[in-house]
Amino acid sequence: MPLIETRALNKRFGGLHVTNNVDLALETGEVHCLIGPNGAGKSTLFRLILGEHLPSSGAILFAGEDITALKSFQRIRRGMSVKFQVPGIFKALSVRQNLEIAMQHHYEPAHLAEEIDKLLAFLNLSADAGRLAGNLSHGQKQWLEIGMAISLKPRLLLLDEPTAGMSPEETHATGEMIQRLNAEGMTVLAVEHDMAFVRQVAHKVTVLHLGKVFAQGSIDDIVANEDVAAIYLGQTTAHATAHQQPGGLHA
Amino acid sequence: MNALTRFLRRLEGPQTLGRGPLFWAGFLVTLAAACAYPLFSDGYTVGNTVYFFTWIFMALGLCLIWGYGGSLSFGQTAFFGIAGYSYGILTINFGAAYGFTFVALLFAVAVAALFAALLGYFLFFGRISGVFLGIVTLSVTLVLERFMAQTAGPEWRIGSARLNGFNGMSNMPPLTLPWPGGDIVLFPDVELYYVVLAMLVVVYLGLRILVNSPFGNVLVAIRENPERAEMLGYDIRKYQLGTFVIGAALAGLSGVLYTSWGQYITPSSMGMTAAALPIVWVAVGGRSDLTTTLIGTVTVLAVFQALTIHGSQYALVVMGVMLVLTVLLAPSGLILALAKLVARPFTKRANNNLPGDA
Repeated sequence: MPLIETRALNKRFGGLHVTNNVDLALETGEVHCLIGPNGAGKSTLFRLILGEHLPSSGAILFAGEDITALKSFQRIRRGMSVKFQVPGIFKALSVRQNLEIAMQHHYEPAHLAEEIDKLLAFLNLSADAGRLAGNLSHGQKQWLEIGMAISLKPRLLLLDEPTAGMSPEETHATGEMIQRLNAEGMTVLAVEHDMAFVRQVAHKVTVLHLGKVFAQGSIDDIVANEDVAAIYLGQTTAHATAHQQPGGLHA
Repeated sequence: MNALTRFLRRLEGPQTLGRGPLFWAGFLVTLAAACAYPLFSDGYTVGNTVYFFTWIFMALGLCLIWGYGGSLSFGQTAFFGIAGYSYGILTINFGAAYGFTFVALLFAVAVAALFAALLGYFLFFGRISGVFLGIVTLSVTLVLERFMAQTAGPEWRIGSARLNGFNGMSNMPPLTLPWPGGDIVLFPDVELYYVVLAMLVVVYLGLRILVNSPFGNVLVAIRENPERAEMLGYDIRKYQLGTFVIGAALAGLSGVLYTSWGQYITPSSMGMTAAALPIVWVAVGGRSDLTTTLIGTVTVLAVFQALTIHGSQYALVVMGVMLVLTVLLAPSGLILALAKLVARPFTKRANNNLPGDA
């Protein structure tokens, strides 16, 4: 049984068909990357899975349970967690308090401080615990939010461009972190543009294009797929993406 | 001793300014001064001071909803009025014997809270937020004012309590403490002062515990980023509703105390001017902190009172100017800015140990 599954998922905004009959299934323990040119419907699919948007038709199943009608917080409580594209942290609060808010209902009060310290160390943020989250560097903000997301100990971790704005070193370190979490059993679905990162972590890749599943397979299959290269190269934004990352699609 | 330290620790946290022995010593000195104050004053002046105190509960409630929760309610006076009128209706009908006035107080506050729960349910579960929340709550208080204003006719009565339209409802008994050897009627005098002061201390400390608890953590998280808070698994609507109800109950408490204080309540207590004033108090003091809100409210009310005595027509204009100056010069509040200035030399020394401190 897949951990998360979408069945014939559709989302229309007026006349715009943003998600078109998407069938996607992730087995437990899988790291699955979602790629595609801008406007392919990646973020919308994410929001559908999270319950921020309700689908026009189709169903979403989590561990076999139909969660299509559930509210976001109910889905989170069933074992999902998300890191947004733009760091969704509590900027005016300290780093420690950010984690405390994420973790306070998952640990005994007596052990909470200790668990927060552990996670701070894991995130390399121990020295910044007292700083306001809004004053962190961009990469640190990303890590803090990843930390908040994983502190819920989710079965499914959703990452929307987790390495956006990170240096190559930070990106690589993030990839290693995800591999470590995956080794502990976490299933990961990530939207990502950085192909080096996708190559580093993904077991399976799904290419979305114009709201549809365009191709699916291992990273090597996808890179070898000339149609995939064509949809990326057919767009000016794809040039920019490929240009930024030497390890990009057509490299 | 251990229980005491644990209690004291719960009063402190990242959500409130002021911690450590120095702050609490200051708190005790202030409290002692407040307790001793009637000894150096006369009953009439003390009674007038209570009048200031009655408003602080509403200010603290708004501070919770707006400063901590990030939802601006423009209609706290609706709950103030509902509770005030409820107290009047109950006590006029059932009298003041056997401590019933305090039962009426509880009932009146409960009525306000219930009304807030109903209104808040539609607001928060309907995902109404931001400026629309302010518009709806303001509309509610104005509708109530208009409604009560047209109840002048003799047909508008509940039991023996005439609503009396714009003339207001009057002659309800003041709060009355049952006491061996004769009830103590709490007219605006020293006894009422101590009762309200005690309530104030309990509410202030209780709110400090609340905002520094996990509940308070979620509350500021919703203020900072509601989407993130929900994506941590919190049903933010319930937290917002809970906060709204607590804030409304405190506004209701203000309403009851005000009504009991003057034995009088009018529809204008729910009008536009009345609705705007709590926002001025809380904004000028510093809405994001209970202590600055408390100090700010007392200060602004004292200024207001002084102005009213020396030429009342400008008092409201000055309130407006104060609000504008606050928004322009110290958007997070004048008292808060002042507190940060005072605290600066202390915090520099221990910079990293005081997250979120001034």
